[in-house]
Amino acid sequence: MEHTIPEKHYLNEATGWKSWLMTLDHKRIGILYMIMVMFSFFLGGVFALLLRWELISPDKILMGPEMYNQAFSLHGIIMIFLFIIPSIPAILGNFVMPLMIGAKDVAFPRLNLASWYIYVIGFCFAVYALFTGGIDTGWTFYTPYSSETTTAVIPILTAAFVLGFSSIFTGLNFIVTIHKLRAPGMTWFQLPLFVWAIYATALIQVLATPVLGITLALLMLERVVGIGIFDPAMGGDPVLFQHFFWFYSHPAVYIMILPGMGIISELIATFSHRRIFGYKFIAFSSLGIAFTGFLVWGHHMFVSGQSDFAAVIFSFLTFFVGIPSGIKILNWMATMYKGSISLDTPMLWALSFLILFSIGGFTGIILGTLSIDVHLHDTYFVVSHFHYVMVGGTVMAIFGGLHYWWPKIWGRMYNETLARIAVVLIFVGFNVTFFVQFIMGTQGMPRRYATYLPQFQGMHGFSSIGALIMGVGFLLIAIYLIHAIFKGKPSGPNPWKALTMEWETPSPPRAGNFEGAQRLTHGPYDYDKVVPENALKQYKTL
Amino acid sequence: MKDDAAQRHILPLNLYLAVGSGLLVLTVITVAAAQMDFGQMNLLIAMGIAVVKATLVAMFFMHLKYDNRIYMLVFVGSLLFLGVFIIFTMFDTLRRGDIYEEISEPYLKEAVIYRTAETGTASSHAAADSSHTAAEAETETTDH
Repeated sequence: MEHTIPEKHYLNEATGWKSWLMTLDHKRIGILYMIMVMFSFFLGGVFALLLRWELISPDKILMGPEMYNQAFSLHGIIMIFLFIIPSIPAILGNFVMPLMIGAKDVAFPRLNLASWYIYVIGFCFAVYALFTGGIDTGWTFYTPYSSETTTAVIPILTAAFVLGFSSIFTGLNFIVTIHKLRAPGMTWFQLPLFVWAIYATALIQVLATPVLGITLALLMLERVVGIGIFDPAMGGDPVLFQHFFWFYSHPAVYIMILPGMGIISELIATFSHRRIFGYKFIAFSSLGIAFTGFLVWGHHMFVSGQSDFAAVIFSFLTFFVGIPSGIKILNWMATMYKGSISLDTPMLWALSFLILFSIGGFTGIILGTLSIDVHLHDTYFVVSHFHYVMVGGTVMAIFGGLHYWWPKIWGRMYNETLARIAVVLIFVGFNVTFFVQFIMGTQGMPRRYATYLPQFQGMHGFSSIGALIMGVGFLLIAIYLIHAIFKGKPSGPNPWKALTMEWETPSPPRAGNFEGAQRLTHGPYDYDKVVPENALKQYKTL
Repeated sequence: MKDDAAQRHILPLNLYLAVGSGLLVLTVITVAAAQMDFGQMNLLIAMGIAVVKATLVAMFFMHLKYDNRIYMLVFVGSLLFLGVFIIFTMFDTLRRGDIYEEISEPYLKEAVIYRTAETGTASSHAAADSSHTAAEAETETTDH
């Protein structure tokens, strides 16, 4: 059946740049976020490629050690604060979550737009820092170095501080939206799992981010006014900074990965055409991760001079994070078992996630073990571990999500063949880049060095080739996704034949999302009861 | 609506007076307790009384007791997370000396903040000293 793009939709109902910059429509705000966040991803990616280029040889190629320190700091700061934290909640959460619960918009549309502007202000501060001396502290801003270095610490701290508010606004908005704006009949246990994940994420955003704000403000006060809080020369305690920092930043790891897990739940159920296995377990494991994530921050500090008593407690508690993550992985596998699996592009991203995130998770358990971490701390093993979680987890999930909802966002389908090639390029490129880094790490290659011993040259070269393959993969994705916006084949309202509510409206949706009031007629995963068609609200009953 | 009902909720005057007098009595107890030295329990006792007072205010004057229970959850939850933050950090700071004695003490005892606390000198004075202190710190490090 040939599909057409509906005559009126949110992209053409109002026109002109003002209609975009002053919009209160959650879908348009999601797209505004998409433009900024993806540009940040591009910037961070350029820094990553520069780093890998430099590391092809132990000798200087592009940059000296000072430049290298700045490049890896900027790579980290941009990727963490500007890309990965806002990525899924601000882009897909904004666009899809209200549609999924049958709402016309989020609870506070103006707050939503404000959060985007605050993000842009934070972005400007980061770019300002980039051109006024750069930053060489790493993304963690550890004291006492960050209170002493002459690079642009204040602008970049301001950037992170401001970005935090954007994150809090989004979180607050989502909590209220999910509590108050669900369609009639949609109880908590009828919510799609992506919404559960976004909800758990929002709780962390609201609870943890203020602590980051306080920490960065204290650090600024120390630098500007000379109050001794973290700098031992002024009677401060540098390890206290690490406590403050990681009390936010460890839960922030779950701000990054939880929404990704939500996407994977949707993808696996849709493309296995099967009721998700252990719905309540997956939903509550999100909350479980959100909660236990607050109790383990000290595992970043095993060699910081933290007391042994605290280290033992943090190491012990760290293992508990493995339980809810394991529950999710096993439930997803159980969902696929005896399902009718179709290997469309989003599903390929989901499968990549399962493999790569599992490796990232298991190596996390290795690093959480106190005695082993003492040896592996600050080596490439750690670098590889968190890239397996962040890139292997979150980035796979966000691209899975973008490919899954792209036809909903634009009403048009991308080139499936190119998309599959891109998944393979990224999957292969990623493993080539990072798997050898586990090996280098165990052999003692320390992170954050511009040079290395000759024995590591082979593996570093191999790793850099992987980065290049990934670079090509992402470029390919950018090309065919942008092409699809303008020239893609109209996709129809429900191209994947999924059961969640965002597919019950035309693609792209109207400005008010749904025609009339939305009512829940079936659960989000009732694949054993109804079979959806790629048409508005047409189902065959089994 | 439940929320509207909570907003309209009016408590008898006697209850307000009772809670108010309770707070006054607790204030007297706070002052009295401050006169006595309980050693390590000083902080615990002072904080204990303060917590009881804050709870009374939140429950009755701020109507948390009669409101939707979600607000109670948010309120208690925030305190719980603050508690986790402080207590877990103290697992570290209070027990640094378990194995290595020298790291249980501040790195630089003559640092500005400690000196100001002891001698009670004005903060501007202390700030003027800070460059001197930093220099001292450097010498100490090189000595080791």
